[in-house]
Amino acid sequence: MAFKKKFFQGFAFSIFYLFSFLVFALVFAILGVLLYKGIPAMSWEFITKAPEDGMTKGGIFPAIVGTLALIAGASLVAFPIGILAGIFMNEYTYDNWVRKFIRMITNNLAGIPSIVFGLFGMSLFVNTLEFGVSLLAGSLTLGILVLPIVIRTTEESLKFIPLDFRLTSYALGATKWQTIQKVVLPAAFPNIITGLILSISRISGETAPIMFTVAAYFLPKINLAWNEQVMALPYHLYVVSTSGIDPESTSRIAFGTALVLTLIVLILNLLANWIRKSMSK
Amino acid sequence: MFKIDAQEVNLFYGKMHALKNVSMQVEANEIVALIGPSGCGKSTFLRTINRMNDLIYGVKINGNIKIDDNNIYSNKVDVNELRKNVGMVFQKPTVFQKSIFDNVAYGLRVNGITKSSVVKEKVEKALVQAALWDEVKDNLKKSGLALSGGQQQRLCIARTIAVEPNVILMDEPTSALDPISTSKVEELLLELKKEYTIIIVTHNMQQAARVSDKTAFFYVGELIEYDKTPKIFKNASIELTQNYVGGKFG
Repeated sequence: MAFKKKFFQGFAFSIFYLFSFLVFALVFAILGVLLYKGIPAMSWEFITKAPEDGMTKGGIFPAIVGTLALIAGASLVAFPIGILAGIFMNEYTYDNWVRKFIRMITNNLAGIPSIVFGLFGMSLFVNTLEFGVSLLAGSLTLGILVLPIVIRTTEESLKFIPLDFRLTSYALGATKWQTIQKVVLPAAFPNIITGLILSISRISGETAPIMFTVAAYFLPKINLAWNEQVMALPYHLYVVSTSGIDPESTSRIAFGTALVLTLIVLILNLLANWIRKSMSK
Repeated sequence: MFKIDAQEVNLFYGKMHALKNVSMQVEANEIVALIGPSGCGKSTFLRTINRMNDLIYGVKINGNIKIDDNNIYSNKVDVNELRKNVGMVFQKPTVFQKSIFDNVAYGLRVNGITKSSVVKEKVEKALVQAALWDEVKDNLKKSGLALSGGQQQRLCIARTIAVEPNVILMDEPTSALDPISTSKVEELLLELKKEYTIIIVTHNMQQAARVSDKTAFFYVGELIEYDKTPKIFKNASIELTQNYVGGKFG
């Protein structure tokens, strides 16, 4: 009996290890391919110059700047609204139909394919509100896209703070807002940051929502203004890998672009992690 | 005049009648222990005194509770002001993710006391009163969460007395502590009694016998017996109380 129990335990553990290792291996395989194929494209020129010669030479600087601008713009849209909505959901609504309804809507919003957001952004922001294909329209579209992530993670992080902490604060004579602001939010902030990282990764990687709302096919000048188009890394990646006249050099540029995009997301992740760590000390 | 005067308090959680006609008077500078089996209403009663039950959705309360002859359920009462005057210490230490100093200063700051010299003075005074000062005076900037469980609970007591309440409610303040920390907190209670009126919920009979002047026995939402502590433990008038303090049920 003892042998049988041990055998099954060992068997189950081996399977867990195997699958965990598979996940690990997959991540490394992707990174490996990116590095192997992307590093040859890397050079100072590649990250500081605009594309040249029908995008077969030169760099991707405008797309890097454009993606960073979109991250900033969409964050400006999604973070305040999302965090405030999350606070409202967890702290100011009871567990009744209002909360259930808003939660259902938020979940549905999260399930909508990103191309639909692109179309919506085009019809509302670009055409109806006449923002044109612009940084403003793109930021709003991407902002709405990640809104559900921000709302849900804020809500979940707040839910995680034990009731006793709130009660303690009230018991000292604090008002509800003082309690939320000085006790609940600081304690929940490290987890809220996680949601913000996730949304930044999403913002920087999405192609479909920006195709019709902001992304420029080729725009070597850097002109950051709300009503201007910008280039963006994911769209640039799509462009160079689908419309290349010289497959060899464009594929090199495509992998270089992919590597830069991945690195940006990685760096932002590490930065956020560091902020989270230093805040929870 | 009684410090606290509760008259025929009834409380409902939805349809559940959780407190039934509870009347109880507490004199100033007394320690009153509330005892009874789990779910008997003692914590619920405790929380009517600082209106903590107001925060629970669907709670209805009727009856009167007066503190210093002011009805705390009157519309004119500012609940935050009431809670400042009626402090509360919880079962598990609820230390905020802040430094030791900021934990104690929290109550002062939310009540508008922000001048740093005043805050500093009051924090020190509270930590001295809570018998924690000597252990933490060199580490006031360290996180409150780095303290041991017993120290954390004394920190919570310091935080409560820093705002200078006149009544302190304690909800099983030592049930999460080891015996040595427990006896420290109990000594502290006897010390605090000189300045404050204290009501303490406890599951520990010996604790009730050791620290309290009066003991109230609750059973399924009713106050069965309320009398001087020695009387309750040695010579209770009601059989149910005798059986409970004698350990026949719990």
